[in-house]
Amino acid sequence: MRQDRILLAHGSGGTMMRELIEDVFMAGFADDVLMRMDDAAALDFPAPRLAISTDTYVVNPLFFPGGDIGRLAICGTVNDIATSGATPLYLSVGFVLEEGMPVEDLRRILVSMRDAAAEAGVRIVTGDTKVVEKGHGDGCYINTAGVGALAEGLDLSGSHCKPGDVVLLSGTLGDHGIAVISTREGLSFSTDIQTDAAPLNALIAAVLEAAPDVRCFRDPTRGGLASTLNELASASEVSITVEESSVPVLDQVRGASEMLGYDVFQVANEGKMVAVVPAEQAEAALNAMRNAPYGSAAAIIGTVAESPAGKVYVKTPFGATRIMDMLVGEQLPRIC
Amino acid sequence: MSDLVSGFRDPDVARRIIDELQRVATRPCKLMEVCGTHTMAIAKNGLRDVMPQTVKLLSGPGCPVCVTANAEIDMAIEVGRQPGVILTTFGDMIKVPGSYSSLSQEKADGRDVRIVYSPLDSLTIAENNPDKHVVFLGVGFETTAPAVALTIREAASRGLENWSALSLHKTVPAALEALVNDPDVQINGFILPGHVSTIIGVEPYLFLAEKYSVPCVITGFEPVDVLQGVYMLAKQLADGRAEVEIAYKRAVMQDGNPAAVAAMNEMFEATDAEWRGIGVIPGTGLAIRPEFARYDATKRVPVTPPEPREIKGCQCGDVLRGVVLPYECKLFGKGCTPEHPIGPCMVSSEGSCAAYYRYTDYGKA
Repeated sequence: MRQDRILLAHGSGGTMMRELIEDVFMAGFADDVLMRMDDAAALDFPAPRLAISTDTYVVNPLFFPGGDIGRLAICGTVNDIATSGATPLYLSVGFVLEEGMPVEDLRRILVSMRDAAAEAGVRIVTGDTKVVEKGHGDGCYINTAGVGALAEGLDLSGSHCKPGDVVLLSGTLGDHGIAVISTREGLSFSTDIQTDAAPLNALIAAVLEAAPDVRCFRDPTRGGLASTLNELASASEVSITVEESSVPVLDQVRGASEMLGYDVFQVANEGKMVAVVPAEQAEAALNAMRNAPYGSAAAIIGTVAESPAGKVYVKTPFGATRIMDMLVGEQLPRIC
Repeated sequence: MSDLVSGFRDPDVARRIIDELQRVATRPCKLMEVCGTHTMAIAKNGLRDVMPQTVKLLSGPGCPVCVTANAEIDMAIEVGRQPGVILTTFGDMIKVPGSYSSLSQEKADGRDVRIVYSPLDSLTIAENNPDKHVVFLGVGFETTAPAVALTIREAASRGLENWSALSLHKTVPAALEALVNDPDVQINGFILPGHVSTIIGVEPYLFLAEKYSVPCVITGFEPVDVLQGVYMLAKQLADGRAEVEIAYKRAVMQDGNPAAVAAMNEMFEATDAEWRGIGVIPGTGLAIRPEFARYDATKRVPVTPPEPREIKGCQCGDVLRGVVLPYECKLFGKGCTPEHPIGPCMVSSEGSCAAYYRYTDYGKA
């Protein structure tokens, strides 16, 4: 492709669009089915049931320490599919590109999508591109949707948590949110924290094998652990109490959160998984998590009780209890 | 960082202080934590739960966002509405309702309102937008004012012509005197703000002990700091002493930070300021000195905001004076929630209503 920036014509459906698709997208993804360039991907499917999920990725900046929007777009949807217990297989990708976006940036994003997909063992089999006028998008938005193969009889749901169950977290909280905010214009502080964006399908499969009665998996993305646990407590009509000192948080993340006035329980993660399991399978689930990729810092962080239904509490190291509240609106850095 | 603070989060140390406190605090007392950061630390660590029955902790006027009067917020909004203006602000201010709008509402309506973490970031935005006038919304106490003063100095040294600050800063000590003189307010001791005191030192508070016989302790924001501060106040009360003590010696020097105070004095002069709930307190505002008028947004972008109005039923003013507890306000958790805040105490990250709402079950069905 001759142009080094995305032009409106690249979304026109004409020859320039074809050039973009062939030179950039096909070269980037190189999947047999995708390369046939049919309107639909026709695929074999190895299970009687499927899990399906979609998510749209908008992040500013597009590139941040340890990752970029492309890695997020693959990992996010892979993880969403995997939370159902399914094996993620195929993804679609849809791009909304802003006029003027450097083609080099797009190529970088595609490489990281390809790498993340390869790591997760999923194929990108169909796609779409639109171009919007300059000023109408943040460089690039990506939608991914995907399907996974679901074993017969498996029924995981956030509404299945029961009193006595145990809550596990696969690793340190807040890395992604702090990594992204540290690069944002107007917020001049720097850290060496990297995003945790990672595909967790292998970790989930390992936990499922070790703890077959696991109630649910949930990835604490936007809104952080606080939103995830509040959602589970509401859906299952139970109470959840988290032991604050058991929750793994990197020192740098804790420090940056305090500096910015963020509650680390509300900071976003892109490579962490919450699992709720029956108490008798908790140790097995924990060992499986710790031995799985991206799970070495996993911990048991809390327990489920009957009441008060829908409430999530934090037990502080001082023997006091407070509410774990959900994020309201946007997360904003504070004055002092 | 963790090594610096871990001792101040040690549950065993906390336990020992709590035991001592139980022993000392035999008579009922009301202690006011002046600073919003203390309010949050107390709520987040659940410290109210571990206080002796005799000790009541009240939140004070030390949340800069909360004490900003509606008229001031209205003015900031009006500045942001002027053509060619980019309004830069700390994140806390963005959701705070004024009389008729908020900065987040203005942003949604298309005004150029941007969040910065440091006032210096605002200068960068000015440099990158030479055809715009960038205004920094200066809200805060003695903690923030020196940074804004230094930013004015930096703007001057960079020769920036398209940047100014809207100084709504306030200074703390005289507000405490207003509280002590308020017949509605009953306070037996002050937990003084650690951050402010790192700047101004001890001297500006001495009158509280000497003239009004109110015990004071300056302390930090870790759980052990707060407990230590409460213990020292209870001890003063038990001993019948009234002094200004420092429990935060790792950060607060007797005479504060003279360089920061000098920067503040170089750029600002005292003026009257309106405090939400308290009213106008003479000499507690910081106006930009006339010789730096070209960095004064009130001169560069003069505006006439509409007549301010108070929201009916909102008791933020009483909450800020410690006259009512957040959940005693009729609107708390009903008309007024963090999603739909009516008063600033519910929206600010340092606000006492927000602290109660976020971290406790008080006032909830």
